[in-house]
Amino acid sequence: MKGISSKSKLLLWLLCLSVSISLTFETTAQAFSGQVIQRGAVGDDVIELQARLQNIGYYNGKIDGAYGWGTYWALRNFQQDFGLPIDGLAGLGTRKKLVSASNFNGKFVHEQIAKGNDFTYYGGVDIDKQVKPRKGASGTPARQTTRKATATASNIPGGYSQNDIQLIANAVYGESRGEPYIGQVAVAAVILNRVESPSFPNSISGVIFEPRAFTAVADGQIWLTPNERAREAVIDAINGWDPTSNAIYYFNPDTATSGWIWSRPQIKKIGKHIFCK
Amino acid sequence: MIRNILVGVLAIALVGSAFWGYQEHKEKNAILINAENNYQRAFHDLSYQVDILHDKIGNTLAMNSRNSLSPALTDVWRITSEAQIDVGQLPLTLMPFNKTEEFLSDIGSFSYRTGVRDLEKDPLNDKEYARLQTLHKEAGEIQDELRKVQYLVIKNNLRWMDVETALASNDEKADNTIIDGFKTVEKKVEGYSETANQDPNFISGRQKEENFSNLKGKEITKKEAVAEAKRYANLSGSLKTRVEENGKGSDYGFYSVSLINPATKTEVNMDITKVGGYPIWYINNRKVDKSKIDLNSASNKAVAFLKDHDFDSLDLYESAQYGNIGMFNFVTSLNGVRIYPDSVKVKIALDNGSVVGFSADEFLKSNKAREIGKASKTIEQARAEINPKVKIMEERKALIENELGEEVLCYEFLGTIDSDTYRIFINANTVQEERVEKLKNAEPVYENLL
Repeated sequence: MKGISSKSKLLLWLLCLSVSISLTFETTAQAFSGQVIQRGAVGDDVIELQARLQNIGYYNGKIDGAYGWGTYWALRNFQQDFGLPIDGLAGLGTRKKLVSASNFNGKFVHEQIAKGNDFTYYGGVDIDKQVKPRKGASGTPARQTTRKATATASNIPGGYSQNDIQLIANAVYGESRGEPYIGQVAVAAVILNRVESPSFPNSISGVIFEPRAFTAVADGQIWLTPNERAREAVIDAINGWDPTSNAIYYFNPDTATSGWIWSRPQIKKIGKHIFCK
Repeated sequence: MIRNILVGVLAIALVGSAFWGYQEHKEKNAILINAENNYQRAFHDLSYQVDILHDKIGNTLAMNSRNSLSPALTDVWRITSEAQIDVGQLPLTLMPFNKTEEFLSDIGSFSYRTGVRDLEKDPLNDKEYARLQTLHKEAGEIQDELRKVQYLVIKNNLRWMDVETALASNDEKADNTIIDGFKTVEKKVEGYSETANQDPNFISGRQKEENFSNLKGKEITKKEAVAEAKRYANLSGSLKTRVEENGKGSDYGFYSVSLINPATKTEVNMDITKVGGYPIWYINNRKVDKSKIDLNSASNKAVAFLKDHDFDSLDLYESAQYGNIGMFNFVTSLNGVRIYPDSVKVKIALDNGSVVGFSADEFLKSNKAREIGKASKTIEQARAEINPKVKIMEERKALIENELGEEVLCYEFLGTIDSDTYRIFINANTVQEERVEKLKNAEPVYENLL
């Protein structure tokens, strides 16, 4: 603060005070962090965005903290009606307009999410009437306290369900948990290549449970609980990373018993596995 | 006295272990039978489905009225898919079922394409009718072979489990009626596929051989590949590097480069085409910490990264957050037309905004100098084709690959019905609905619902 006179110091202090006062007046309990919220985001800012949009009647979906298509159209309609650039991005201008146009009771919303209640947050209706407690909620208070109050939905790559991803992750972990990360992505890619290939079943479960196709299925290792890494590898593979260059078979040359597999045209070796067509 | 006690104890032990052994044996048998039953079911179901398939294709040959033809073809499509599921349940390495599956897949795609078409406007032509006739004949032959195997299986009480055990112990003398029977089926089908492929009208669902044939440039050396990988990974200093060439089975030439930083134990893997040294994909396996930056700034980083590496004129069209990772999907945009086959994906770590993954696989395979033709129909004409229940929110021109693998110019519409969002592509020259897809909403986390 060297070089600033005491008068301007006072002024600066006053300015800070007024800003902080206006901030506390503007937002009740929860406020947007500084981020520009775009489609695909998850988290508390998205919860606030959805709650505010619902509060003024633009958003009719579930407040789940995942910025999906429903939120996108709601925000665009809001931007249109309020004369903002229609881009589906919640930038500073949009957020300011939204904050001034709507109410947001952060404590209420986060409490409902933490409890797992079914709820809405429309303006002009008593909020307590918009809550449907979930069944058996009173019986399991211990579990509720451990749940984090954050997004209750997650992004899933198109064409697959969470269960599909889980199943592939199980297979990947059972088959290649000792392999480098890239080797795990490769195993997941082979499973997906098989689903695409006309020579194999057309479903994830069909490919994985095809008898004698995967040793991990035959010896039950598929039912080990996969780690987060295996799941990441699966999501990478689904999103288009294929380290194997379209392989549909792989084998470990040290343990392979079938002579037939050696006759397949080999593409490359990753970790202990040789990948082939 | 002691001797008597000992004898008694041993006798009890003997009886006990015999009983235990018997129990184990019973359990093992029960499981064996269970597994056997699964195989038997799949096998008998397969021959049953092929039976029906043959009949149904026969029916379609006789049909004249377009109204009945469409449902019949769709039914054929459904049955092939069931038969495919059955084949998938039979032991894989026992024998190669590939040809049988491909045959089924061919019937499936043919019946689907013709079944969903408006046969009133666009009836089956002579070639397609001839194709249907051959399919009918081929299905009949497969049916015969399968029935033969089935007959032997039932008559001699053959068990798949025996085949498996024989195979596991490499016992050549075992009765291989099942294997031999299926080998005959495979041989038969192999014979067909030749002629089937010569039909120019026939496009199979078989995977295209993709080989980056559009790439230009001279072949690079291993050394250049490493340098290129370092440039992409933005790494320098003392690194352990490893380069390998592709194996003989690959459709195209590439180098696999891995860069290992001994200090941080992080590894970067990358494949680079030999021709021109284009990066196919790249993954950095480092652990990503808690998110510090938001999706929007991450997407700006992804855009900057692509600019730095000569990927121009790309449009961000999809972004999503997976835990601490931001995933971004870009497509080429040419004179305002989105070229969907040209897609590039970038993965950004949300802890420090660095690029941890990149994939240009699809882009390199499909990108080429394109001449985008003029649309002969207006967007109003296209809009009129859309189901009136859909509320249209966004529209633009786009190039997509249709069911036949051809690139077609379309009008793309994003619209909603209630809370669901749909992406609809209408052909810009024929106003045919090329593709309608429901876009995925975020899925609830089930752990939280239970």
